[in-house]
Amino acid sequence: MSESKKDLEEFQREISHWLKANKPADPEFLLPETFMEVGTDRQFDFLRNWQQKVYEAGYLGMAWPEEYGGRGRHQEYQNIVNREMAEQRVPFVPNTIGLNWAGPLILQRGTEADKQKYIKGILNAEDIWCQGFSEPDHGSDLGNVQCKALKDGDSYIVTGSKIWTSLATYAKYMILLARTSNTDSNKYAGLSFFLSPMKVAGIDVQPIKKLTGEYGFCQTFFNEAKIPADCIMGNEGEGWSVAMATLTFERGAAGGQAGGLSMMDLNVNDIVELAKHSRRNGQPVLDDPLIRDELVQLIMDDRSNRLMSSRSRIPALRGERPAAVAMSGKLRGSELKRRMTKFAISLQGANGSRYVGSSAIDGGRWQRSYFNSFSATIGGGTSQVQKNILGERVLGLPKS
Amino acid sequence: MSNQINFTEEQSMLLDTAMSFCQSHSPIETVRHQIENHKFDAEQWQAMVELGWLGISIPEKYAGLGLGLGEVVPIVESMGRNLMVSPFLASTLATQVLVHGDNENLKNKYLPNIVNGSIATLAIQELEGAWDINLNEALGKREGELITLSGTKFQVLDLDVAEIVIISILLDKQVVLICIDQKEIPPENIKREIVIDETRNSFSLDLNGLKIQSSALVKLKDLKVIEQSALLLLSAEMCGGLASTLNTIIDYLNTRKQFDRLIGSYQALKHPTVDILLALEALRSHLYYTAGQFGDGDSSDGDLEVALHMCKALASESFAYAGDRCIQFHGGFGFTYECDAQLFLRRAIWSQYQFGDEKYHRQLLAKLLLDECA
Repeated sequence: MSESKKDLEEFQREISHWLKANKPADPEFLLPETFMEVGTDRQFDFLRNWQQKVYEAGYLGMAWPEEYGGRGRHQEYQNIVNREMAEQRVPFVPNTIGLNWAGPLILQRGTEADKQKYIKGILNAEDIWCQGFSEPDHGSDLGNVQCKALKDGDSYIVTGSKIWTSLATYAKYMILLARTSNTDSNKYAGLSFFLSPMKVAGIDVQPIKKLTGEYGFCQTFFNEAKIPADCIMGNEGEGWSVAMATLTFERGAAGGQAGGLSMMDLNVNDIVELAKHSRRNGQPVLDDPLIRDELVQLIMDDRSNRLMSSRSRIPALRGERPAAVAMSGKLRGSELKRRMTKFAISLQGANGSRYVGSSAIDGGRWQRSYFNSFSATIGGGTSQVQKNILGERVLGLPKS
Repeated sequence: MSNQINFTEEQSMLLDTAMSFCQSHSPIETVRHQIENHKFDAEQWQAMVELGWLGISIPEKYAGLGLGLGEVVPIVESMGRNLMVSPFLASTLATQVLVHGDNENLKNKYLPNIVNGSIATLAIQELEGAWDINLNEALGKREGELITLSGTKFQVLDLDVAEIVIISILLDKQVVLICIDQKEIPPENIKREIVIDETRNSFSLDLNGLKIQSSALVKLKDLKVIEQSALLLLSAEMCGGLASTLNTIIDYLNTRKQFDRLIGSYQALKHPTVDILLALEALRSHLYYTAGQFGDGDSSDGDLEVALHMCKALASESFAYAGDRCIQFHGGFGFTYECDAQLFLRRAIWSQYQFGDEKYHRQLLAKLLLDECA
């Protein structure tokens, strides 16, 4: 099925027009940058309303099947919406885990009943989803999950805790990885995957206050919580393979996401814009040669990242270490963002000392962005671990 | 600016050929031998002539292949990887002045010979060491049809073997180029210079008293052609050099043991080595983007200028850093002349200060990126 260029161009104009007309005005409070930073009810309500509006207008889940609440159109339409949303800098749609990870997983592996039950609520943001994978003692070592789920008639009894469960305070469902058996010699074989309800006795959510002062991350405690046995996805012992399938959606390695915008984008052009309008000690900052030099380096590094992706698509230019570009993506991207936001604060003179509030420049978003940037330089394996991985797997150096 | 890299079939083939040619013709022992003997390798040069490499960027009507300088990039990159001692770089750069110049007689006279192996070189630099060609002070004074020269040029590459010399002079208050036979220069005006990279054959050229015909004048639409060609090819050579520096470091980190452990297992050495890897991946991406933009030879293209400054800025900083770390990571052995690390560091520093270092290019980038589009 291929869509005519004319139809797509026409649709591009339609969505562009719709977004301009319907983009919500900036609220009087600072919006979070990603779903992981949704910490107050007013932030959540604002974003949920926005997602509902986008869905009802027909611009979310456009390529998902109509019988479950999607629009049954070609993926190219949703791609156009996603690009246009980023371009116009509209707020993101907050049900990220549902739209991008749980939803495509259910459509791929769920039963007919699962699809009927969950998909529409994911799209219209009635049902918020969170993810229960990491545990306090097992950050990156997913295979070692210890949270227990023991079969008891029509139920599983869940005991343990999950950490970094973003949106858990608002969530109706969780994709949960838990251990249903301890007897297997292989630690992966004892894992099972659940589409677990959250509003159940024995499930207790505690928000975690982050260095930014915001909430959003949570720890979720299970104290003999009883969840229905039929919310297991697949069979007992298949949890690892379902979790790995989820991660391919999470990492964007597999298509099928509902679409929309999942974070407030910040790029080097924002920093250049900020610099053009900033003053330091009574002078335009762009008169300062040191500031200019640092800014040029950030622009170059941003461009390096783009060109590296471009080169890695040309087989003859991949060179002797073809994995280097893909494997260093998170390290390069997250470190650049950290440096850019740190630099943005340096453009503000004494106002650099301010923090989120009305008297701070841009409401304090740069200070907050800098703090939040550490979530990516730490989460998913710290930059230091990334360098070990690159050194060992790409350069062939001995293990540290 | 686009992120699309235009990599041609010709570039791909040249990359394959050049990689294996340079590897077999320029092992490190050969490089060291040439450093000691300063002997021009005529056989190797002839092999390059036969491969057609000297005519790549020369239009077909002058017996060349009619491709762009972007197609020369894989060759120079491969030479850089092997620290190859060759007048190829100097000759190709000097060739660009003739190709882009307006002097049809000189084109007909010299370009076909260059395709067949005549070596050309550029004499631009002066004692002050400025990078901007517009700051040249060597003078030409008209006396009828003759121009009398005064001043001295430095860091003229391969002047001993060059047949064609292209010199920048200030004539009627404008910087112009002249193209002469090397035979017209008295031998005592040419003196070998010591430079930090011993793989370079570098000379000073005393212009005082030389008289040349005004028919030797070459006018360029834009003097930038020289700088732009040099930035592209130097970045290519440096990219190759950086790749080999990285490989040299990795080899040593995987063989040398201290405190009962391979030194590559220490994060203090491992992490900077990864930084060098990422700098190489970045530079090579910029390089081939820029090579792909070079095709049409429009020197006023703002995107091309930005791309070239970025290339040389990244190349200068990262190659010098890698060379510096290469010495340090070799420990005591790194302090010796016998260790190859010094060859890379010397090459890196020589290249860093030719046609502008990273600070200079970032300054120019700041003007292009932050001021004009404001």
